[in-house]
Formats: sequence, structure tokens, C-alpha cells
Amino acid sequence: MEALIPVPVMLPLLAAGLKLAIGGRLRRLQALISVTTLAAVLATSLALLAAADGGGPLVAHAGGWTAPPGIALVADRLSALMLTVSSAVTLCVMVYSLAQAYADQEDAAPLAIFHPAYLIMVAGVSDAFLSGDLFNLFVAFEMLLSGSYVLLTFGGTESRVRAGATYAVVGLVSSMLFLVGIAVAYGATGTVSMAQLGERFTALPQYIRLLVELTLLLVFVVKAAIFPMSAWLPDSYPTAPAPATALFAGLLTKVGVYSIIRLEALLFPGGPVSGLLMGAALLTMLVGVFGAVAQADVKRMLSFTLVSHIGYMVFGVALSTVAGLAGAVFYVVHHITVQTSLFLVAGLIERRAGTTSLDRLGGLMRLAPLIAVLFFVPAMNLAGIPPLSGFLGKLALVEAGVAVGGPLVFTLVAGCLVTGLLTLYAVAATWNRAFWREPSPDVTWAAGTVLESEEEPLSRARGTEGITGRAIVTSVTVPAPMLGATAALVALGLFYTVLAGPLTDLTRRTAVELLDRAPYISAVLGGGGR
Amino acid sequence: MTVALVPFAASAALVAAGVTLLLERSLVRLLVGVILLGNGVNLLLLVAGGPAGRPPILGRAALSRMADPLPQAMVLTSVVITLGVTAFLLAVVHRSWQLTGGDEVQDDTEDRRVRLRARRGELARSVLAHREAYRRLVRRQRAELAALRAARRAEEESRRGRDGESGALREEFARREREQAEREREIRGRLRERRREARREMRAAIRADRERQARAEDPELGGDD
Repeated sequence: MEALIPVPVMLPLLAAGLKLAIGGRLRRLQALISVTTLAAVLATSLALLAAADGGGPLVAHAGGWTAPPGIALVADRLSALMLTVSSAVTLCVMVYSLAQAYADQEDAAPLAIFHPAYLIMVAGVSDAFLSGDLFNLFVAFEMLLSGSYVLLTFGGTESRVRAGATYAVVGLVSSMLFLVGIAVAYGATGTVSMAQLGERFTALPQYIRLLVELTLLLVFVVKAAIFPMSAWLPDSYPTAPAPATALFAGLLTKVGVYSIIRLEALLFPGGPVSGLLMGAALLTMLVGVFGAVAQADVKRMLSFTLVSHIGYMVFGVALSTVAGLAGAVFYVVHHITVQTSLFLVAGLIERRAGTTSLDRLGGLMRLAPLIAVLFFVPAMNLAGIPPLSGFLGKLALVEAGVAVGGPLVFTLVAGCLVTGLLTLYAVAATWNRAFWREPSPDVTWAAGTVLESEEEPLSRARGTEGITGRAIVTSVTVPAPMLGATAALVALGLFYTVLAGPLTDLTRRTAVELLDRAPYISAVLGGGGR
Repeated sequence: MTVALVPFAASAALVAAGVTLLLERSLVRLLVGVILLGNGVNLLLLVAGGPAGRPPILGRAALSRMADPLPQAMVLTSVVITLGVTAFLLAVVHRSWQLTGGDEVQDDTEDRRVRLRARRGELARSVLAHREAYRRLVRRQRAELAALRAARRAEEESRRGRDGESGALREEFARREREQAEREREIRGRLRERRREARREMRAAIRADRERQARAEDPELGGDD
């Protein structure tokens, strides 16, 4: 079973290399390679989850070097769960992006860059989840970031270059800060293995621990877009191609949240920063959701709800109880799926109506009932309408908060409820304007007209940017694979409700394992490849 | 752990210079800042590895005198990564230069939108002010005309009262009446002229405002002031 652990990292990297070698030729084979790779990663992740849940953390020592100097890849319950959800999402988004590229009649050559960048990003995300080594976590971050730089600036249009420059600089600076954190941690403890760091930090003076913890926390706060460091996100995400935005929204910020969970649970258990995290969580929730309420564009609105809901997860982590961590993990799982599907639906709206601006949308309920349903279900899920998983996640967090008590925690519980309500307001306002009012002339035009000129036989919506930066092709019937991929993700979001019992048990076991620390540490340092 | 002071100070200086450059608006300077920052941080990693020593190759020196190989491996990795990302950023800078003719970091779209909204409010206010000024002018002219008409009516009435007076007086009266009518015509003409001019001015002002507004609505042009 240990041999499977590197697969989610190695396989996408191999596929990326293979596709770079193939270049722009053999489009069908390329599509087959991408989808098969991601499906294999999903299968591996499921196997890892089953094994990690049954028999404790699995450890693979890279290159046969045992852990302390060597690099360990660890699949415990948290890693395997994150890996499973993320690979399910990446598979759906890949199918979606293939269909979109086909529908937009994009050239094959740029797609020969899109897919490798995508796969490298997937490998980076998997590596971040599996890494048992702080420096390897840095490398994983760089992998996923460099993939995302390419995806964000794809096509090199003006808006993407503008957003991409800011995004890349923010990413670079936070990476530098990460290196500083690693240097300080290594100087203080002489190791970068997370298991060993967790043991050695307890012996160090408080102020050194706090210094390292705050440095690393700041890095992950930037990556996860938590309030004081969240301004970069709503500005850069909406300009990327729709599938890339969906993937970023689902995975990249969650990698930051995952790292915060590891940091707080494994490296610095019971640290003094939980009050700080709670304040950040509250501000993230409120600032994000107020931003969402004020937006007049579907993608921007979704970006702000993304920021806002990161606050829920941070709240759960800051509680540092079993219930709190379990709630946070459940919320991460729910939010990855729901946020990604919402961004995919935004892409569908853009394809059907030629715009995502709420001022120009209208009447989609009648014109495209299927898209309306696909938007409505995850939107209500996000807002936390019972019995959907958003409600269950929020309920778990609120219960965990009430169990802890205290004025700060109760303020946060109130913040959670207010944020839930305001999210409902934001998505309901979007629903009303985009779907329920009278059809606007823009929308009927986008659907009805086909330009019949020689070189441009399709109607392309002005002001939109497809994968390669050309305007996207609008059509009355959205391509079936795009709809299918979105529907699969929406269904996965609903599935969490059906499987709520086992899933809650799993997240609880995950939280217990996280807070215990011993299984992780002994699996890395004690057993494994020795 | 002892820290070698010189590399540490050098690292701090590099990081400080890098951060200063990061605050610049030009992307090229920003990039140089990133490079300096990267070098400073790499130096810090080396400092964290302890004092310098013999090359970390087994058999060349005693274990106690060897340098720590792990930070060196980390520095190598991070150098490669920084190089790659810097190359990417350079490409972005070049693309930005191709598209906009400059390498400045552009304003945030949301900021621009707020500024546009503020300017649109100003424009609407100035159009309203122009319209109000024109209305005031017209009102004043109407009042002047009404006063003139009232004066003439009063004169006519007084003339009718003194109908039986002498022809000389009547002649005198007719002359004054003509003068009066001429003055009135002149005033009326002047008024018309003034009104026409005012209307012209107002139209020109509104047109200029509209033009500025149209320019301001174009986000490409609204960005740089």
C-alpha cells in the first residue's frame, strides 16, 4: 500500500511531461491521457483513504532515505480525505475544460500548455497534502503556484496579465516568507521533518516557537486568503479561464487551510495564537460576505463568498477541539466541492448568455432551466439551507463553538450565523437578477444570433475570455460534457448529505488522529521504511 | 547555536533592499526586488545551517568539521525555483509592455470603478449647475421685460388722461414715445442676444461634460489619473 502514496504526485507529473513531449498533436490521445491520469489519481486516493482509515497513517520514504534527513510522504486520514476530494474535483474540471476548449474551437497548440500546467498544479496540490516535510511542502506550494501562474495568465490578454502580475508577486513574496520560516525552524531545531519538528518544538522556549509559528502562519494565511491578506484573491481569480478559476477556488485556498490545520495540530498544538485566528476568522467571514453582497458580477460575487467561507474553516481550526477540527475538515470537504461547482456554473452562464455581469443577465430561469437548477442547488448548499451539507458543516461548527463557550467564541458563533444569512442574501440576489427576472436583450441576443461570416461562423461574446483568451462561443445548448461535469460535482455536493453519517464519523476520527499526534509521529519516525 | 554575523547582516540588507523595491510601481524594479529578496532569504537558509565548514563529502574531513549539507540542498532547490518564477515574471513584464506600452502595475479594477462613480457624480452635479444658471438668466430677463411693459402701459394710461392738451405737447409726447419704443427694442435685442449666447455657452459646457463623461466611462482611459 505504501507504494501507492507517491502515485498522486508522480502520475500527473509524468503525464505533464508526456504531454509536453507530444505537443499540440493527437488531441484525442491527449484528452484520454489527462482524464485517465486524473481518474487513476482518484482511484489511488480512494484506496489510500480506505487504507489510512483502516490501519493508521501510511508513510513512504522518498528514494528509500528514512525520514529525518530523507523526505517522507505521509497519508493519514486528513491527507487521504483531502486527496480524494481534490482528485474528484480535478477530474470533473478537466472534463469540463476539455469540453469548453472543444466548444470554443481553441487551437490545439495552447492547450498543449494548458494541460501540462493543469497537471503540474494537480501534482503540487497532491504533494502539499501528502508532504511530511516542511521543505517539501514549500516545493509543493511552488509546484502548484507555478502551474497556477501559467493557468491564470493563459492567453496573455491584458486583464489576465494585469491580474497575473499581482498574483505572481503575492505568491513569490509569500514563498520567500515561507523560506524564512523554514530557515528559522531549521536553525532552531535542526530538522524540517514535520513529525520531528512537532516533537522538538515542545522543548524550545516560548518566544522562538511563537516566532516560527507566526511566520509560517502568515504564509499560510496569505495562501488561504484570510482577511488581512485576502485582497489579492477577488481581484485575480475572476479573470482566469472558467475551469482554472473553479480549480483555484476549490483547491488552492484549501491547501492553505490544510497547512494551517497541520501547523496548528501537528507542529504547535495548543499554541497561543488561537485567539488571533478567531479574530481573523471573524473578520474574514464578515469582510468577505459584505464584499459578496456588493458585487454586480457572478464571478466576483463567488470570489468574495470564497474568501468569506474560509473564515468558517479557520474558526473550526482555532477551536482546537475534536468537534471543532472535525467541523473544519467537514467544511473543507463541502466547500471544495460546492465552490468549484458554482464557478463551473458561472462558466456555463457565460457560455449561454455571453456575460456574467448581473446588470446584463436576466431570465435564465426560462431560457436555460438546467443551468438554473445547477446554480440553485450549490448556491443553497453554500448558504447552508438544511438538509444540504453546507448546513451540516455550519451546524457542526456552531455546536463545537457552543461547547467551548466564552465571549470570543460566542461572538464567532454569531458571526457564523450572520455570514450564513448574508451569503443567502448574496446568492438569492444573484438568483433573482440572473435567473428570475425578465430576459434581458443581451441574453436573448447572445442565444439567438449566429454570425454567418466566412472566418467566424460562431457567435462569440464580446468582453469574455475563454481558455486561450479569445472570446467564448455562446450557444443555446451548452455542450453536454460541460453540463455533465458540473452536474457530477453538484451531485457530489448532494452526496455529502446522503453520506453525512459516515462522513461525519470519518472527520471525527480524522480530528482525533490530528489532536493525538502520536500516530503520525510514530508512523514517520518509528516504523515505515526502516 | 551561534550565528555568523556577516552573512546574517548581508541577508538582512538584501531583504531590506528587496522589500523596498517591492513597493515600487514599475514591474521591472519589483522583479529586481524579488531577486534581491530571494538571495537574502537563501543566505538566511545558509546561516541557519550553522557555521561554515569543510565540504560535506564523506571521507574528506571529520564529521564535526563538515558544513551542514541540508541547507545547501534547500538553497539549491530554492534558487532553481526562484529562477523559474523570475523568468515567468519577466515574460509577464514583457507581455505587459507589449500590451500597454509600460511596465507599471495597473490599478485595481475595483478602485477604478469607485473613482469612476465619484467622477460621474461630479459631472452630473456640474451639468445640473449649468442648467440652473441658465434658468436663472432667463428668469431675470423675463422680469426685466415685464417691468418695461408695465412702464409703457402706465405711460399710455397717463397720455389717454391728458387727451385734450395742446398739439405741441402731443408732438412732444409722440417723440418721447418713439424714443421709448426704440429703447425698448434695443433692450429686447440685447436681451435676445444675451440669451442666445448663454444658451450656446451652456450647450458647449454640457457637450464638454458629456465628452469627458464618455471618456471616463471607458475604463482604459480612466485608469491613470
